Amino acid sequence: MNKISIQNYSLQYSDGTESLRNISLEIPANQITVVFGPAGGGKSSLLRVLNRLNDLADVIHQEGNVYLDSVDILSNKLDVINLRRQVGMVFARPVVLPFSIRQNLTYGLEVAGEKDTERLNYAVENSLHKAALWEEVKDRLDDPAIALSGGQQQRLCLARVLALEPEVILLDEPTSGLDPISTGKVEASLQDLKRDYTIILVPHSVQQAARTADLAVFLLQGELVETARGEVMFTNPQDQRTEDYIQGRFG
Amino acid sequence: MSIFQNFINSSHSKREFLITLFIKIAGYSAIVFVGMIFIFLLLEGLPAVQKVNLTSLVSSRWYPIEDYFGILPLIGGSIIITLGATLIAVPFGIGSAVYLSEIAPHWVRELLKPLVEILGGLPSVVLGFLGMLVLSPFLRKLLDLPTGLTAFTGAILLGGIAIPTVMSVAEDALDAVPRSYRDASLAMGATEWQTIWRVTVPAARSGVLTAIMLGIGRAIGETMTVMMVTGNAPILPRGIGNLFSPVRTMTATIAAEMGEVANGSVHYHVLFLIGIVLFLISLAVNITASTVIFRQKKRQERILS
Repeated sequence: MNKISIQNYSLQYSDGTESLRNISLEIPANQITVVFGPAGGGKSSLLRVLNRLNDLADVIHQEGNVYLDSVDILSNKLDVINLRRQVGMVFARPVVLPFSIRQNLTYGLEVAGEKDTERLNYAVENSLHKAALWEEVKDRLDDPAIALSGGQQQRLCLARVLALEPEVILLDEPTSGLDPISTGKVEASLQDLKRDYTIILVPHSVQQAARTADLAVFLLQGELVETARGEVMFTNPQDQRTEDYIQGRFG
Repeated sequence: MSIFQNFINSSHSKREFLITLFIKIAGYSAIVFVGMIFIFLLLEGLPAVQKVNLTSLVSSRWYPIEDYFGILPLIGGSIIITLGATLIAVPFGIGSAVYLSEIAPHWVRELLKPLVEILGGLPSVVLGFLGMLVLSPFLRKLLDLPTGLTAFTGAILLGGIAIPTVMSVAEDALDAVPRSYRDASLAMGATEWQTIWRVTVPAARSGVLTAIMLGIGRAIGETMTVMMVTGNAPILPRGIGNLFSPVRTMTATIAAEMGEVANGSVHYHVLFLIGIVLFLISLAVNITASTVIFRQKKRQERILS
């Protein structure tokens, strides 16, 4: 049973650009699905459909269906707030909110109505452990989060999402601003996390896609060119365009 | 060729020098003017302290013809009206800023913001006129008061005058909060209102605070409107009930009496003393505002370094 099922989905923004064209994709649970391709291909748009963050953008037309555990998430009747708690998102640039480290982690739970201090504290520690950040910040949880380094901030953003105990985690180029060591830490966390979560990652390079993908999806100009297991995709792509991109002939 | 080159360079540097000089003079003159105004105020106002004894100055009776120079009622009048105006202008000004920046569709914002800013440029005498002819008779009937020319009337009008100032500055501050903060908050399952209240407004707080302070400054310095609608009775406000009776502000007193006073008389000097008090109050408001903002800036800088 696939976690997410996207069927014949198309998306058009109000400036006339067609961001996604007739996408059909099955995303399996407890794996890392990597969506890669050159800029402007619709990768971010695709992620933002899955937690309905695209509701805020100037979308003039969309059609097709998207199901999460066979619930139609494009439905008008869907509780979007609840969906966003189930489908967490980490952005390209770490966006820590202008609070302390602890408050960044408890924010999502607090807006959901959680007041129990013990449970909040547990969520803080637990999520920091999962994001491999606990050791570095355990003594300064009440410092402003902006004081952390870029790599720490990005792991804090990941921890913040984990604190909500979502089912799906969307990551939009989470390591684009990070050094190789921080990138390695984030990637290692992802490999641990996939046991409990369904992860969808937009990588910042083909190399990262090849390193992390269980399932790889190649998006080009809003079109889904090819879907394959990671080990197949990066050694033996079927489509000429995929091969050209992976070999670095364009992009 | 090289001589020609030199010629161009020197003419350029001469022009640069002249422009820099002009800007420098303009910059310093602003400071010089403010300094000169303050010195003038001190020279004309301080003799009042010698000529009238202090107990008389801080008494509650202002009746200059019989040499009663108690300025407390005037200070009280200014404060009660400014407080009232602030209580009106802050919620409405910030509320409309939040609406325009966070909730309203794009075209509404493009339409409303310039409109409100034009409202802010409306001459205060026009608003005073409106207050005299429309608002004060209305309030008199509504609240069954002996006169509609009260502190409350003045506070409402001043609040109205300060709203565009507060709104415009606060809206700019909210608009400067990065889009990504809102996205991050919404992506964590916060509602739009939770995002506004817990992330966007706190992130813009130094700008919002500046907006409030500018609004207060606008209200406390306003003269014409309050002179027209507050009844101008120098009665020391002693409680909330005085909100619905006439008061007189410092600005209105200076404006009304300066034209008729004998140059160099005691009354003349006392009016300048009132000017000094007014100056000090707005200075205090400004210093409070800038220290709060400065402290926050320093904290941010410390965090970023």
